[in-house]
Amino acid sequence: MSNSVTKNWTLARREKTLRQRAKIIQEIRRFFVDRGYLEVETPHRIPAPVPESYINAIPSGEWYLHTSPEICMKRMLAAGYEKVFQICRCWREGERGSQHIPEFTLLEWYRSGCDYIGLMEECEELIQTVASAIGLGDQIVYRGQKIDLGRPWERISVKEVFERYSPFAMGEALEQDVFDEIMVRDIEPRLGIEKPTFIYDYPAARRALARLKQEDRTLAERFELYIGGLELANAFSELIDPEEQREHFLRENENRQAMGKPVYPLPEKFLEDLEDMPPSAGIALGVDRLVMVLLDVTSIDEVVAFTPEEL
Amino acid sequence: MYTASDLRKGLKIVIDNEPYIVIAFDFTKPGKGQSLYRTKLRNMLTGMVIDRTYREGDTFEPASLEERTMQFLYKEGDQYHFMDNETFEQIAISEEALGDAKNFLTENLNVEVLLFKERPIGVEMPNFVNLRVIKTEPWVKGDTAKTDFKPATVETGYVLRVPPFIEEGELITIDTRTGEYSTRVKG
Repeated sequence: MSNSVTKNWTLARREKTLRQRAKIIQEIRRFFVDRGYLEVETPHRIPAPVPESYINAIPSGEWYLHTSPEICMKRMLAAGYEKVFQICRCWREGERGSQHIPEFTLLEWYRSGCDYIGLMEECEELIQTVASAIGLGDQIVYRGQKIDLGRPWERISVKEVFERYSPFAMGEALEQDVFDEIMVRDIEPRLGIEKPTFIYDYPAARRALARLKQEDRTLAERFELYIGGLELANAFSELIDPEEQREHFLRENENRQAMGKPVYPLPEKFLEDLEDMPPSAGIALGVDRLVMVLLDVTSIDEVVAFTPEEL
Repeated sequence: MYTASDLRKGLKIVIDNEPYIVIAFDFTKPGKGQSLYRTKLRNMLTGMVIDRTYREGDTFEPASLEERTMQFLYKEGDQYHFMDNETFEQIAISEEALGDAKNFLTENLNVEVLLFKERPIGVEMPNFVNLRVIKTEPWVKGDTAKTDFKPATVETGYVLRVPPFIEEGELITIDTRTGEYSTRVKG
């Protein structure tokens, strides 16, 4: 049978992209191994996913498919592992769009003795190294936009991006409950356009598992990375106070209940281990999206072998 | 009743008592934030296009439209003429109201004409139509034939991307929901 008559042309024509995707993943792995990180594999099926207002886990028997490997990886930090990384599949219910697929690939890495600023630097180095390893220079093109990967990348606080691009100040947007809409409509499309952009210091209400800033308890040490308007990564200086973390989980579960969503059991063993966790920082980076940006692909469907609709 | 997670291209809903059709849709979610459903909606009466963003819990009334099977007869100016297969009554629909459907209409094709309060406002296409390629670059043998697209024009004037092995004069199947090439018709 010759190639020209293959029935599944959609799959056949992805071959070039899938080869490059494989190369990108190999280069990511090489980057971390070279830096003394330990590659780990933690269970995908867990009894208690992180309770977050807007992230829904897919049930699997009595348990759940993880939405991120963070809980287990942080328990490893607490047990004394200093630098760990993992590339794995994660599942989030109902997330399907041109940049979302319910089963996707996350790269997470964690480092003790580091804070979120340290991770920004490592993020820059990682993406620059991978880009160069697949034959790209510092100038890449994504959706017709030239983006310069030369370091340092742009760093703007969340407060500043609201001042710059939004009709409301950050606090006002939160009060009026339009924070997310403004992010999506007015802010995200303008981030990472000439250079990749880190936006950092999220309001405490959006802290997730980040620690609050010592000098300003209304802000959390959390950042997101954007390239060409696409959100690529989310990072924290990790919250290591078990009581504060428990309170936050309970609040998130209350929100979930108010929205009529399933409430998750608290990850008790994680909260217990948190007592031993050294000051650390951790980050989750969407591998599918990194492939999209590096290969100049606009739909996530084009960087995976199969979409759920094709199964 | 629909909820925001039912939104998809082609869905018809009522907003302020008027029927709207979703013409573009994307799911998005700012980091750790809530799910947002961004839509472009076309008012099926006026043709006006609006942008709306919805949240997970939002609900919609489906637009209930009458459907009648009609045959496409001919195009005159920007009016497309159809005939009711049962009553032989003829009606016309403007190019604007047809939207993407105009790319796939060939004479004698049966489609579902949509009526809102007796007024024809659009058509529902079959999911797949076969159209003949009238113009495309020839295939250079020896190409790997599975990597790249090339543009092709079909008999309605619509231009789309096809695999390199498609030749002029061939019949291809197009998915009318996405406007994309689906397969080549053998024979």
